[in-house]
Amino acid sequence: MISWSGVVAQVTELALAVLLAPLLTGWVNQCRAWLQNKSGPGLLRPYRTIRKLFAKDAVIATNASAVFRTAPYVVFACMLVAAAIVPTLATDLPFSIAADAIALVGIFALARVFISLAAMDVGTAFGSLGARREMMIGFLAEPALLMVLFTASLISQSTSLATTVERLARMEFAIFPSLAFAGVAFTMVSLAENARIPVDNPATHLELTMIHEAMVLEYSARHLALIEWAASLKLFVYSCIGISIFFPFGISQGGDPLGFAYALPALVFKLAVGGALLAVIETVSAKMRIFRAPEFLGTAFMLAVLALLIHALLET
Amino acid sequence: MTALPGAVPAWHALAESGRLPDLARTIADRGGRLAALWGADGRERGAGFALHAAFVVEASLAWIEVALPAERPRYADLSSTFPCADRMQRALRDLLGIEAEGAHDPRPWLRHGAWPADAHPLRRDVPADATWPNQVEPYAFVPVEGDGVHEIPVGPVHAGIIEPGHFRFSIVGEKVLRLEQRLGYVHKGIDKRFESMDVAAGARLAGRVSGDSTVASSWAYAMAAESIAGVTPPTRALWLRALALERERIANHLGDLGYLGNDGGLAFGLAQFMRLKEDVLRVNAQAFGHRYLMDLVVPGGAARDCDRAGIDAFLGQCTALERELRVLRSIYDDHAGLQDRFLTCGILSPDLAAKLGVIGLAGRASGQPWDARVAPAFEPYDRLAVAMKLARAGDVAARVTTRFEEIDESIRLIRAIVEQMPGGPVRTSLPAAPGGRGLGWVEGWRGEIIVALECSGGRIRRCHVHDPSWQNWPALEHAVIGNIVPDFPLINKSFNLSYSGADI
Repeated sequence: MISWSGVVAQVTELALAVLLAPLLTGWVNQCRAWLQNKSGPGLLRPYRTIRKLFAKDAVIATNASAVFRTAPYVVFACMLVAAAIVPTLATDLPFSIAADAIALVGIFALARVFISLAAMDVGTAFGSLGARREMMIGFLAEPALLMVLFTASLISQSTSLATTVERLARMEFAIFPSLAFAGVAFTMVSLAENARIPVDNPATHLELTMIHEAMVLEYSARHLALIEWAASLKLFVYSCIGISIFFPFGISQGGDPLGFAYALPALVFKLAVGGALLAVIETVSAKMRIFRAPEFLGTAFMLAVLALLIHALLET
Repeated sequence: MTALPGAVPAWHALAESGRLPDLARTIADRGGRLAALWGADGRERGAGFALHAAFVVEASLAWIEVALPAERPRYADLSSTFPCADRMQRALRDLLGIEAEGAHDPRPWLRHGAWPADAHPLRRDVPADATWPNQVEPYAFVPVEGDGVHEIPVGPVHAGIIEPGHFRFSIVGEKVLRLEQRLGYVHKGIDKRFESMDVAAGARLAGRVSGDSTVASSWAYAMAAESIAGVTPPTRALWLRALALERERIANHLGDLGYLGNDGGLAFGLAQFMRLKEDVLRVNAQAFGHRYLMDLVVPGGAARDCDRAGIDAFLGQCTALERELRVLRSIYDDHAGLQDRFLTCGILSPDLAAKLGVIGLAGRASGQPWDARVAPAFEPYDRLAVAMKLARAGDVAARVTTRFEEIDESIRLIRAIVEQMPGGPVRTSLPAAPGGRGLGWVEGWRGEIIVALECSGGRIRRCHVHDPSWQNWPALEHAVIGNIVPDFPLINKSFNLSYSGADI
């Protein structure tokens, strides 16, 4: 049954994700700059970049196929769907029946496949290099992410993210050792999936070391704007998954309209803290050699499996 | 053999072209090495062409001149004895049409199609402003064949603001099987430009061959000009030059250490080291009027003296740098992630480095004990007892450590220089219209810089500024083999060679 308050929550949440995502990216960059004793580009820089890119004429390689042209839209749409099913403000989301946690991983995978295909489409050396590396990271990160989501699902007895979060938020304050392991695993996967240090470096100009950036080197103007925006959305969505599974306190449950008033500041606060923590991690770590990434993600997978085992042994 | 007067022990000798290979082998057998190779066109004086080679033999420079005929100038290949001769020979053929017979690589080096194969812009009958229609010339990179091998072309235009150079990687997966460099994109015809200048104007140009080594190049040039004029600059000027040279070394090493951290993904390192470098540059500007100390060293001495306030600023900075570097070095040394990137990355073994004739900082990090400040220890370094910092590992970590230790040594040297520097004038005038030939040999931060100068009637006949990057670029090709592609920027940065200096 779809309630009106649910529709309102759904629309608000989606609009908020699309509008706030660049701000989160700006916040992380600003924190990174502060931690390096720099004054920083300002919180609104990602918005200005997106506006600037939309105003430009796109330059497209003559041999680019439809895949290259459509990939930015597909990737952006994937991130929209992901943003729609992850509960951020309220758990009463009518759209969440469309896809559960497993489908969420599939949506991320779909975006990855498209951007990788587009990278190889034009046939530049860097595009295929980046696509190859992205696939390596992807096939290691996805199982670990699935395991993390399974742990949360087992605790809440549902694979629907909205239901999971609602049950986790409603539970009596209890410590789940399994969630601690899952949380560490999730952080590692998020770093890899969002092309952050230590796996990738979003700020590098060294084309030979790039993963995500190498794939989007050929894009310009509106296509690049959508890809940048989608990258911001992805970071936002991952942050929200982490927040809603591991720190769901304050989220509005059911059809409580007043809950919004608490949920929004709580979300903003949690995102700000999360973004600052990400900046700290990125500042104190060096980028690892690319063949350390499998070890890194292997560790994440192992931790996620441990979380499942701990749940099965201790919490049932 | 005639001894050339001046600050460094140097000899000049004529050799017959037939004896060159034997001579080269004798020098190699005695532990000598090829320091520079250039040519000259003497046809308008009734002579033919000439091949010039500078060898370092037992802490002195031997300048060997080989007369070649005006028609079909040929000499026997030197690269079989000294591998680093290969690119210098190719450049010589492009610029002057002097060919090395039996050389294994016939491809052009500096000529990218801006002039045709039968034109040679450094010949004296070609006007300096001559132009030719630009043509695209295919360049045959060495192909690597095998299952799954493919090529990545990188550059000459890069995503960052760096000098242009093309790198062709043959890789399988992420592993580099072969790297081939193609440089020459910043060929400016500096040797030709020198020929239209007098000795004083040449000093400014010599200081701009590679901007990061301006003190070293202009000192080497001044040394050569003073050797020709038979002038010894005032002692205080020599000490001032050493002060400037050590400050140039510190500034560049600081910048490199920052970028090495950044290329390892630790942007914190870049921010910190760039802050320190900026402090060094500002004090330079305050004391000498130029951040990078350009045009400070002039033939006959130094362009300006440094007052007490400047000296105090240098000393204060030594203390501050020492304190900050101790902390930063422990951060670099203790950072597991960064050390994982640095250690065993881009190894250049001492054996290979010796074979390739690698010099300077990169050489010392691979156990090659070459430092012109130690031998021949030109004045004032003969009174400073420079401690050479050697490492044997030859990896990125060794080149990082060598930089840290060389900064420490430079700080010690600056203190010693300030303490012992005598008073007095800083400049003497050079007598007008000198003629003859002179050599300069200075250890810059990257390695030794050699300037060979020939003048007549106060004008430059031929001037060649040799940057150590000529010797060290080929070593990078070897250091990368077997490493993974994303480690290349780090390895490249750990060498930090000059494009401009070697593309002249």
